[in-house]
Amino acid sequence: METPILEITDLRPVFRSGGKEVAAVRGLDLTVGPGETVALVGESGCGKSVTSLSVMGLLPRGIGRIDRGRILLKRRSGEVVDLTAIEPEALRRIRGNEIGMIFQEPMTSLNPVYSVGEQIAEPMRIHLGYSRREAAAHAVRLLEDVGIPDPDRRARQYPHELSGGMRQRVTIAMALACNPQLLIADEPTTALDVTIQAQILDLLAAIQKERGMGILFVTHDLGVVAEIADRVAVMYAGRIVETGPVTEIFAHPRHPYTAGLLRSVPQLGRGGELREAGTPLPTIPGSVPALSDLPKGCSFANRCDFVTDACREAVPPLIDVAPGRRSRCIRWEEL
Amino acid sequence: MGFYVARRTAVGLLMLVALSVLIFVLLRLAPGDPVDAYINPSAPLSLDELAALRERLGLNDPLPLQYFGWAAAAISGDFGYSIQSAGQPVLPLVLSRVGPTVILMASGLAIAIVVGLAAGTLSAVRRNSAMDVGLSVGSFLAISSPPFVTALVGLYVFSVQLRWAPSGGMLTPGVPFSVADLLAHLILPAFLLSLTHGALIMRYMRSSMLEVLNQDYVRTARAKGVREFWVIVKHAARNALLPVVTLIGSSIGMAIGGAIFLESVFNWPGMGLLLVNAVKARDYPVIMCATLIIGAFVIAVNLLTDLVYAAIDPRVKVG
Repeated sequence: METPILEITDLRPVFRSGGKEVAAVRGLDLTVGPGETVALVGESGCGKSVTSLSVMGLLPRGIGRIDRGRILLKRRSGEVVDLTAIEPEALRRIRGNEIGMIFQEPMTSLNPVYSVGEQIAEPMRIHLGYSRREAAAHAVRLLEDVGIPDPDRRARQYPHELSGGMRQRVTIAMALACNPQLLIADEPTTALDVTIQAQILDLLAAIQKERGMGILFVTHDLGVVAEIADRVAVMYAGRIVETGPVTEIFAHPRHPYTAGLLRSVPQLGRGGELREAGTPLPTIPGSVPALSDLPKGCSFANRCDFVTDACREAVPPLIDVAPGRRSRCIRWEEL
Repeated sequence: MGFYVARRTAVGLLMLVALSVLIFVLLRLAPGDPVDAYINPSAPLSLDELAALRERLGLNDPLPLQYFGWAAAAISGDFGYSIQSAGQPVLPLVLSRVGPTVILMASGLAIAIVVGLAAGTLSAVRRNSAMDVGLSVGSFLAISSPPFVTALVGLYVFSVQLRWAPSGGMLTPGVPFSVADLLAHLILPAFLLSLTHGALIMRYMRSSMLEVLNQDYVRTARAKGVREFWVIVKHAARNALLPVVTLIGSSIGMAIGGAIFLESVFNWPGMGLLLVNAVKARDYPVIMCATLIIGAFVIAVNLLTDLVYAAIDPRVKVG
């Protein structure tokens, strides 16, 4: 296998909360290969955004820090660096340059007082040493690349003059400005209309095909995962509970949580059938336990139909269930 | 834009007319008149002489008649003669005092703006640090001290005790004009004038900055690899400045009030000192003219503030 662009091992970011530190993620392993899209899926608070912020070194200062683990990035030069161990200044030179990031809210993630052209040009001026004019010309080309009509005029406009979908295209252009080998997309379509969502996903797929970068795609939306991901890692309460190729996981989930999530996706045309069965909209009973107060064994035990005494004893390890597929359930074979 | 400025100017002129009526009436309602202030106690005038003097000055005419008489002349630029310093035309007298006041206010506000913005930004970035706490305590002290207290205490401490600065005036009499001499006289009153406004600007900037630092676009800037200094200055402070500009605009208006105290305490030959003396002497024409010039200045500054706001925030359009 080719050296991955990103290789996260045993990552454990912690947050200070009321005098003690709480782990938002409890030992996470994840790789993203070149040209590959890996989706990190889970509910709010499961640690997926914390993982992406850890890679960027953007955990809130004074509150969050990386307690343990390695984040290896294969640099443009071919050299592999551990992002948790390098100087903040070295990490700054990588951010926006070799790793691009797209955020959830296109409405608020652009600076309201600068034109979108200036904002796209900024990383090229910082990292590539482009002159103002070169960077501006490049910004217009990038706007064209992300499918914005009349890019010359649009580049001179301010964020409030653009629609939500266009702004998200602008943030994509900004993340792509220095041609990064890794793109982190943190819920990039969550704030958008469904039709615009599909356009943005198509755009990301097209750009990836052209540039061959790896994408770490953070989302809670399984529909989006099915659309864009090659591999998927399902997170629950700070741990990956199941990982594998997206088609296999959707066809045969090997963890009760994944299975529950897939059952809960509303499906058009199945309403009548489900109503007859007495469950108009299937849900997973119970709620996510607080990160500061997790049960001793499997975090999902209290909500699981398959729970046994062994589940409550110790945290199940990630078990290889098939080539490239792992599950954190000791009864995966029975699913 | 041109239309907007024209409309605001027209409204401003109407406000000046209203201001002139208000001041005119208020002055007549106040006890005493220029003649009372005019009499020399060691050479008292008879009641007949006083009445004749009032008649001659037109103080017995009906109020509206007095006002329109004044207004008709004022429109043509004739603001009459000072009663106190007999025979001196008012307009040149008042205008000669504009320069010193502008020098004092501009210096005081410049210190307030530069120090206030920088301290507010630092305070927000280093939130809850010893520096933040120190600056906050200092700014609350400065905000809560009335100008007449800070002026007198400042005069006592820096001029009388420490002898760092002259205790009054704008220039040393009898010495040829030099900028150094002006600055030596200027520094203390300008510093004292800057205290309240600088502290207010600092508090506003701090809270505005704290809000902006949590915005998504600040995180975006960091994600782009922008240097932390520029994240603060270019991405955060530029946005945090927007609400503070309005405060700075109104500070300029309020600073005139502070300048009146300081000019009296430091014997600074500006509008404030002139106005205080004119009020004591019930010198109606001087009060009217000085008030209108201050009023016109405040109205112009407010218009300018709105224009600046529109210039620095692309989301705001004037007109």
